[in-house]
Amino acid sequence: MRVYLDNNATTIVDPHVFEEMEPYFVQKYGNPNSLHSFASETHPALKTAMEKIYAGIHAPKEDSVVITSCATESNNWVLKSIYFEQILTGKKNHIVVSEVEHPSVIATAKWIESMGAKVTYLPINHEGLIEAEKLREVITDKTALVSIMWANNETGAIFPVYEIGEICAEFGVPFHTDAVQAIGKVPVDVQALNVDYLTFSAHKFHGPKGVGALYIKKGRELTPCFHGGSQMGGYRSGTLNVPGIVGMGKAMEAAVDALDFEMTEVRELRDMLEDALLEIPDTFVVTPRNKRTPNTILISFRGIEGESMLWDLNRAGIAASTGSACASEDLEANSVMEAIGAAEDLAHTAVRFSLSRYTTEEEIEYTIEVVKKAVERLRGISSSYAYAPEGHESGLDAHH
Amino acid sequence: MGFDSLIGGTIWDEYSNKVTELMNNPKNMGEITEEQAEAMGAKLIVADFGAESCGDAVRLYWAVDPKTDVILESKFKSFGCGTAIASSDTMAELCKGKTVDEAVKITNIDVEKAMRDEPDTPAVPPQKMHCSVMAYDVIKKAAAQYKGVDMESFEEDIIVCECARVSLSTLREVIRLNDLTTVEQITDYTKAGAFCKSCIKPGGHEEKDIYLVDLLEEYEKEKMAAAATIGNESGGAGSFKEMTIVQKIKAVDKVIDENIRQMLIMDGGDMEILDIKENGEHIDIYIRYLGACSGCASSSTGTLFAIENILKEKLDPNIRVLPI
Repeated sequence: MRVYLDNNATTIVDPHVFEEMEPYFVQKYGNPNSLHSFASETHPALKTAMEKIYAGIHAPKEDSVVITSCATESNNWVLKSIYFEQILTGKKNHIVVSEVEHPSVIATAKWIESMGAKVTYLPINHEGLIEAEKLREVITDKTALVSIMWANNETGAIFPVYEIGEICAEFGVPFHTDAVQAIGKVPVDVQALNVDYLTFSAHKFHGPKGVGALYIKKGRELTPCFHGGSQMGGYRSGTLNVPGIVGMGKAMEAAVDALDFEMTEVRELRDMLEDALLEIPDTFVVTPRNKRTPNTILISFRGIEGESMLWDLNRAGIAASTGSACASEDLEANSVMEAIGAAEDLAHTAVRFSLSRYTTEEEIEYTIEVVKKAVERLRGISSSYAYAPEGHESGLDAHH
Repeated sequence: MGFDSLIGGTIWDEYSNKVTELMNNPKNMGEITEEQAEAMGAKLIVADFGAESCGDAVRLYWAVDPKTDVILESKFKSFGCGTAIASSDTMAELCKGKTVDEAVKITNIDVEKAMRDEPDTPAVPPQKMHCSVMAYDVIKKAAAQYKGVDMESFEEDIIVCECARVSLSTLREVIRLNDLTTVEQITDYTKAGAFCKSCIKPGGHEEKDIYLVDLLEEYEKEKMAAAATIGNESGGAGSFKEMTIVQKIKAVDKVIDENIRQMLIMDGGDMEILDIKENGEHIDIYIRYLGACSGCASSSTGTLFAIENILKEKLDPNIRVLPI
């Protein structure tokens, strides 16, 4: 059996989405900006898709939802344009991000820092959550932007974007949120909170890869990142990704339709998995369930390095993930686990399971069985549970 | 950059079949108890290395024959990724039947080579090379415990890059001999920094006492200090004479660079210093004209006097310039 529980990384394309995209590769392949029927036959589908995307986040027509290639592009665009307009010109000198943003925000913030601006990395608490009030202490009259994600990709922790939006409005600072992990998992309504920029990406909600978007509130227009042929109102040039936009429109509609299912059925399966895994001794979950997206579990199995767990899961056909980093050159441990301040010996033990509306009960039952076996085998190998003769002073507790 | 760096691969695809097999079924995974060691008439050694908080930890068990120092049995327990477990297993295997002194000579490179399917194909991808280092360190720890000595006593030199086992003295020598200025060059010459990259600069897997960037900085400072010395001394008479030949050539080159070379190059020529010899009171500098200069009439008259005068003025009044 193959079980896909890595839906926070990417998702299966909804077959209905694929079906809607298909005609725009071989049959209706015109460039929408040309002047002939090949172009104009793409327009109705593009319009419908854009309407679905607007409806999906409840964006008013006066605001812009600019289609980009991915969330990384959207995030880079916001931060860099703010840098060019506000910081490079000397008007402002400071931005605020959370310390657990996606790399496309963190790395861009680091670049801005390297250019001489100040960056505040807002910390998360022991539950993996941001405390909105902390924002008050760091915003200054020189703050050009606050960028804090809606939901964290690793833990699923939902951040208090409503409160953050209010504080930003109070100080007159633009607020950007990376909502990549929020669409289809929690209600996203740009009119229900004060938000100026909002990022999302189709492949995280059963749409195609290579298409994302940036919502921009009227009056908060950004300097374009891509100059060129004036597509997307001149804000993001480049030939329109017709099948991608069509696919994202359909995927957005489906995600909104499935939201209730996600928050009840998917959550139930997630809770079933979580309950079963927490029955295994020495396992830990940090963020409380009701403060998480309904599909995500980040769980630590003491004594088992995350990649080893993935190895055993993969052998049994199960796909999960770990941010821990035996595999990477510069990551010391799961950065979220470290930020939470979890016990040091757990930093390398976190494994993430992320479900979707395609996950079945049978798959979850199988996963529980496999994880239990893997824990038994790997703890059998682990030095953490190893025999030591009487009087042996363990040398494994301290840093080497 | 380049093709291989663009899409990246799954690190697991780069594991040898042996690594995969050992991760799935480690052969020497287990423990040796006091009772078991006693039954073998052996001394039990239990050595720990690493920590869970660092992502890698291993406990090594040896049953050592106290009369012959031979390791009769060797087992391990390990916290880590697949390569850490496979490396620990291979290390435990390599220890068996060896004396403690022989076992200490096993390096992480031996461990990695033993896990290869093909002699020339690495068993693990570069960033995983580091996992085998722990296997090597724990042997030293076990041996130190058995012999009742310090672990450091087995290390004859400070190792900067553990993955490729490149020592501090080797690195210092190679950097100076080849006038290396970048980490990439060091990696090309020595393989240091090619694997887990911890030794390049702070912030990697493991904290180090000294990094490759420190060694480059050290050499850079040394060069600047040498240049400054030449600069200062060139004012005082007699000091040029006391320089080593290398310093003399550098000093002459510097003066030529600053005063003469531009002029020669504008005329389509150049010059090089061949040798500097003391000849009684005189210091003779042998030069060769290059390009257009070599056939130019003034190369033995006006230009030559200009060169000689400036060197006399800047370095030593006893200089003579002899074109060959």
